[in-house]
Amino acid sequence: MQRLFLPLTVVVAAMFAYAPLMIANAPFESTMLLVQKIFYFHVPSWFVMFSGAFLCAGASAVYLAKGSRDADHYAVTGAELAVVFGLMGLITGPLWARKAWGVWWEWDVKLTLALIVWLTFVAYLLLRRYGGPGSEKLAAGVGIFGAANIPFVYYSVNWWRTIHPKTTVVPTLGPGMRGAFWFCVLAFMLLMVLIVAARVRLERQRALVDELFLELED
Amino acid sequence: MKRVRSAWRVLLVWLLIAAGPAWSLAAGAQQPRPQPTKPAQDEFVPIDQLPPGEQLPAAPLLIAAYSVAWLAVAGYLFSIWRRLDRVDRDIAEAGRRLPRA
Repeated sequence: MQRLFLPLTVVVAAMFAYAPLMIANAPFESTMLLVQKIFYFHVPSWFVMFSGAFLCAGASAVYLAKGSRDADHYAVTGAELAVVFGLMGLITGPLWARKAWGVWWEWDVKLTLALIVWLTFVAYLLLRRYGGPGSEKLAAGVGIFGAANIPFVYYSVNWWRTIHPKTTVVPTLGPGMRGAFWFCVLAFMLLMVLIVAARVRLERQRALVDELFLELED
Repeated sequence: MKRVRSAWRVLLVWLLIAAGPAWSLAAGAQQPRPQPTKPAQDEFVPIDQLPPGEQLPAAPLLIAAYSVAWLAVAGYLFSIWRRLDRVDRDIAEAGRRLPRA
């Protein structure tokens, strides 16, 4: 991964520089017009949020089962991604809703569940930060429960009556919008790969620092 | 002529998305205040048929959304870089002290 890091950084930077051009060239949606273009960053941010949450849950399960420190590093990385990109989704969504629905926020199932999942991962990070020794295991359980809610967030629009658009929006996108949308998704996912690599390295280095200082104390 | 107009439109939307933070300040300052609505309006008026003064402009919302996205990514990458820098310094410090210990 170390060898790929720099070329991948260049690719991701180029993709993010080009993405606004693709979004600008994409056709306007017929009813919402300009404000619908928030979609191209709003939905990919949720892709990364969900991926981060699943990474956290999977790695937490491995950590609980095998006690692998490296799995724990991936878990905390996933939780951080879920919080950062979830926040991005939770802010861009209301900005879009203000124009499309006439309100900033609606306490409907999709939005409320999304907020609860995001708060669960905030709780995970707070637990890691202030929970004291042994909080890693408790946090791992929180991470697994947080990710278990994600299918409910995703399918809530199909199961319950909600103001939020259904899951059929992305598969039925017009050709002009589809290219720009999947380009942005790819850019976000590659950015996520870069962040995971850097963030896991940070956790490994922290573990090394702890070991070195323990050795010094001995 | 049509092509030139189309290119201008693309350039404008690109600027809205890419240069969000700078534009948001200017747009915020120039934003007209929404007109007060009539009380007890008893008929449904579709949003696209509202008088221009009562319509909510989309550009500031779009700029704000992309500003948030860019700032969140930039801020998070900066925080990772800073934390990595700090931990690398800690490792160097521990490495300097270890042979002496």
